[in-house]
Amino acid sequence: MLTYLANPARFMAFSAWAAPLFFGLAVIAFAVGLPWALAFSPADYQQGETVRIMYVHVPAAWWSMGVYAFMGVASFVGLVWRHSLADVAARAAAPIGATFAAVCLVTGSLWGAPTWGTWWEWDGRLTSMLALFIIYLGYIALWSAMDDEEKAARLAAILCLVGLINLPIIKFSVDWWSTLHQPASIMRSGGSAIHPSMLGPLLTMAGAYLALFAALLMMNMRAAIFRRRVEAARMRGGEA
Amino acid sequence: MNAFVATFRRDVALMWLGGGALAPLGFFLGATMLVPLAMGPDRALLESAGPPLVWISAALAVLATLERLFQADLEDGSLDQMMLSPAPLEALVFAKGEAMWCVIGLPLALAGAPAAIALQAPPSLLPAIVLSLALGAAAFIGVGLIGAAVTAGVKRGGVLIALIVLPFFAPPIIFGSAVAGGDEVGAALSILAGCALAALALGPIAAAAALRLQAE
Repeated sequence: MLTYLANPARFMAFSAWAAPLFFGLAVIAFAVGLPWALAFSPADYQQGETVRIMYVHVPAAWWSMGVYAFMGVASFVGLVWRHSLADVAARAAAPIGATFAAVCLVTGSLWGAPTWGTWWEWDGRLTSMLALFIIYLGYIALWSAMDDEEKAARLAAILCLVGLINLPIIKFSVDWWSTLHQPASIMRSGGSAIHPSMLGPLLTMAGAYLALFAALLMMNMRAAIFRRRVEAARMRGGEA
Repeated sequence: MNAFVATFRRDVALMWLGGGALAPLGFFLGATMLVPLAMGPDRALLESAGPPLVWISAALAVLATLERLFQADLEDGSLDQMMLSPAPLEALVFAKGEAMWCVIGLPLALAGAPAAIALQAPPSLLPAIVLSLALGAAAFIGVGLIGAAVTAGVKRGGVLIALIVLPFFAPPIIFGSAVAGGDEVGAALSILAGCALAALALGPIAAAAALRLQAE
């Protein structure tokens, strides 16, 4: 599948219908997931209605890390096989991942104020998530600081791979420093600790975020490829 | 090995003679001086907050020197010479990092003692603070090599380096400040030494990969 799409022409043909398709999937999943999560799922017996923030917060946290892992794979492919589409993919994913990280931090803060009694705490999970957001910003800034796209792609890929070290720190921060943020409740040995009536909307929202990421990623990549074509055409026009 | 020693000596000489050693030291002392001005000279407050702020000043002083680390070599062609050398570029980058540690890191660590005293740190902690700053500077430099190499081709890349490198300064800062705070000094020093070794092992590899691309 991926090798098939590695050809830019095939990718353009595929994404021409896949991007709207995934966008439609995201709209449907949000249309189902948001009312389910925000109105029809049960309130928590301890947290009350504030638990609903979790349905926006947790998928954003998952996919901000997932997007970074995706960028790591794309960077590796770009670096090792010098594949330009992988570079385009890594670059196109970064603003989306940064936005997810920002959503995660903001909603977490909004949830923490009534529940923990504080907007922010310098706890391991919160701090490493903030570090992820800053790493995203540095990655984006490095891309835009370089004129030569080829070089920018390789250098940003090196930076992205170095930044991968942060992902396990975020994941295990709740186990290493058990301060404030609650540990994992879904992916844990001994089965999920969350009630099915809450797991349903949560997974729907996670699927919605993923579909949104896929759609936005392909749109960003298409925009980048079109821009490259325009530039190439302009160069040829300038020479003639 | 000869190329390693030659690069080391060249960088020490360049930094030392060019006054590059003095500027970060002055920056460090200046930044430390601003701390009591911002917090007020309250003794109890300084005793708890002072040593960590010495650490922040040291981190910023190292950060301020990173921008030119590879840029000059890229501009005047010495980087091309390093790549032509049979010695691996990683080793030469490591030599540059070592030189930076000797000329900038060690003086910073030593200057940490008077700075910590001025910020009311208990004198019994001074050896630990100096040792931790020496290890911390090694960790900062190891990570900084990557940031400096990745941005070597960017004009006025100072803020960009800071943005890239600062999140990776977090682990040494956490454990360094734990030393300065005086609790579980031995454990914090060991972890700090681990951070420094990891940064010095991985930094030159990533930095050399970035430099090869820059010179293409």
